[in-house]
Amino acid sequence: MNESGIQPGFYAAPGSRTGIFSWIFSTDHKRIGLLYLFSIFSFFAVGVCFGLLMRLELIAPGRTIVGPSTYNAFFTLHGVIMIFLFVIPGIPVSLGNFFMPLQIGARDVAFPRINLLSWWFYITGGLLALLSLFTGHGPPDTGWTFYAPYSIRTGTNVVLAVSAAFVLGMSSILTGLNFITTIHRMRAPGMTWFRMPLFVWSVYATAWVQILATPILGITLLLVIIERLFGVGFFDPAKGGDPILYQHLFWTYSHPAVYIMILPAMGVVTEIIPVFSRRTVFGYKAIAFSSMAIASVGYFVWGHHMFTSGMSDVARVVFSFITFIVAIPSGVKVFNWVASMYKGSIRVDAPLLFVLAFIFLFSIGGLTGLILGALATNIQVHGTYFVVGHFHYVIFGGAVFAFFGGLHYWFPKITGRMYNEKRARLAWLFLFIGFNALYFPMFILGWEGMPRRYYDYLPKFQPLNVVSTVGSWIVATGLILLFANLLRSARKGAAAGPNPWGGTTLEWQTSSPPPHENFGEIPVITQGPYIYNPSKGKGHGTA
Amino acid sequence: MERHRDDIGARTGMWLFLFTEILLFGGLFMLYSMFRMQHGAEFHKAAENLNRIAGTTNTLVLITSSLAMALSIAAIRRGRKAASVALQATTVLLGCVFLLIKYFEWSTEIGRGIYPNSPALLKLDHGEILFYGLYFVMTGLHGLHVIIGISVISFMLVSTAKGNITSTDHVRLENSGLYWHFVDTIWVYLFPLFYLVT
Repeated sequence: MNESGIQPGFYAAPGSRTGIFSWIFSTDHKRIGLLYLFSIFSFFAVGVCFGLLMRLELIAPGRTIVGPSTYNAFFTLHGVIMIFLFVIPGIPVSLGNFFMPLQIGARDVAFPRINLLSWWFYITGGLLALLSLFTGHGPPDTGWTFYAPYSIRTGTNVVLAVSAAFVLGMSSILTGLNFITTIHRMRAPGMTWFRMPLFVWSVYATAWVQILATPILGITLLLVIIERLFGVGFFDPAKGGDPILYQHLFWTYSHPAVYIMILPAMGVVTEIIPVFSRRTVFGYKAIAFSSMAIASVGYFVWGHHMFTSGMSDVARVVFSFITFIVAIPSGVKVFNWVASMYKGSIRVDAPLLFVLAFIFLFSIGGLTGLILGALATNIQVHGTYFVVGHFHYVIFGGAVFAFFGGLHYWFPKITGRMYNEKRARLAWLFLFIGFNALYFPMFILGWEGMPRRYYDYLPKFQPLNVVSTVGSWIVATGLILLFANLLRSARKGAAAGPNPWGGTTLEWQTSSPPPHENFGEIPVITQGPYIYNPSKGKGHGTA
Repeated sequence: MERHRDDIGARTGMWLFLFTEILLFGGLFMLYSMFRMQHGAEFHKAAENLNRIAGTTNTLVLITSSLAMALSIAAIRRGRKAASVALQATTVLLGCVFLLIKYFEWSTEIGRGIYPNSPALLKLDHGEILFYGLYFVMTGLHGLHVIIGISVISFMLVSTAKGNITSTDHVRLENSGLYWHFVDTIWVYLFPLFYLVT
């Protein structure tokens, strides 16, 4: 115990290794979760810098700070880093690694050493991606999608970047199979499937997508490497191949990957709402099943990325229809969240602010997704800034805002200290305003026909581009405020105690930070997790 | 705190891993079915040049190695360490024979000037180029899995000999066996698709 009365918990874990080695060779799920947290946010910072540079280039038509080929490298690296190194590993590997075993009452994951191995794969992939910047004939310029035939022909360093994504895929697969096995095998006594916290359900659904979709990306990327090295010709029409086949294979993974990004975020949202509304979740089973529904239907919609690539009308109509179907489970979740807050005793702290922002921004992202999923309107906005706006509303406004909410919500459990609430709200305000200034103009620009992925544009698009670039600066300020607050509070915040929010899930039953192996004695579960009416019990713990 | 041990969990993890392997090959099987549908006649023509005797021999070799693997697990369950080690050695040996035969097959093709992007290959029809492309990529990826399998089983062989794998604690050996049967099963599909489609 130190002068502020905070137990060191797992930070003082017994072991022969000290210093950094006690982290990078640790098999404790909490340490690995934090390793991931720091790693992914380091890459996030790099990705943000590329994003800011792109927005700066677009503040005026013509060449502003960089030429076309550098700009191509910027959007490729922004995409590769943000997708493969930040948002796909994202919540599951960091918050999921830390809190999923705690929430099911386990001492660790099923395969602790494979958990550590997956982090090493992650770091290897990250270093390969960075290496591709400085070696060979320049950084890759294909976009994060590596579309054939350009990815086969460009002289830039595609092989290294693709290998990076391949290794990151292996990391993702290992995490997925580890989590599925953990959830099947390591739940505390009495923790039946329908007594699990909904965050665990969402991590479970995500893990299935990770193991069932990622291998397709693996083989596709492997084929790109083989094409470049040996020229087999599967994607080359001159040898009988078909470049559209590449797109099919790529999106067979990369559309489900969107659900790898958003499902865990929905899980975080579902954890935060009952705690800050003091009410049980409305429609527990509907939320659990909608996670599984999104995960499974999400496999059959990849064609909507290719409406203009060349496909039969029947195929396009079918893909469009199934795309609309995905909106149903997503809608179920949104209505259930709002219904959970109805007549609640709502306390609007930073975690809930991020969640409310999530619901607002994700709804805009989801509804514009329907515009993209409808065939006629898709033709109008395909390949324009409308797509960029939609994607960032879903992934940044959705997944990342929920991630930030989760970071604030679980910060006292991770560090044993409280963050500064006032500064957190200020950071949220900057992020929310900046976000909308940055991305909302893209919908209008796209609708008016501004194509994405160009360093230049017609002069008539300039006013909205200026708004967007200024928005990017506000977002950057918000990010600095947010992380400065969290880093400062991790050292100087007031002691939080085991359960500052009055949560009822298991992680709040143990001390903050949790001890090595999480629980003195594994708890026995007798009812569902979200019970805030004292006459009906206490959920999994002390409400 | 005693070591956490969960054999069912370990097997679950292995099966999940094998699902991902099936999907990895699944991408290639999908390409095969696509291209075969478009170029059926040329696939037949190209397949005639493959050595059916070598392919059949390899099928027998690999299935026999799988049998040896299964028997080695049955042996360790009964506590017969020496028999288990000998059977695992047989598996490894047969795996190496498979690779050797594969090596001679590839050498023959390459000796005829048939390899990806070769001038001789590019003179052929699209369907034949794709057939040989699939042949080299799919048997190559499969061969890589055979090499991984041989390494893993060699490792298990040493563990068994040292007494780390016993009649009560052998889930590692079982999982290695599952992996080897998977490698075998993939070949059982590759064999007819490349050698018997003529």
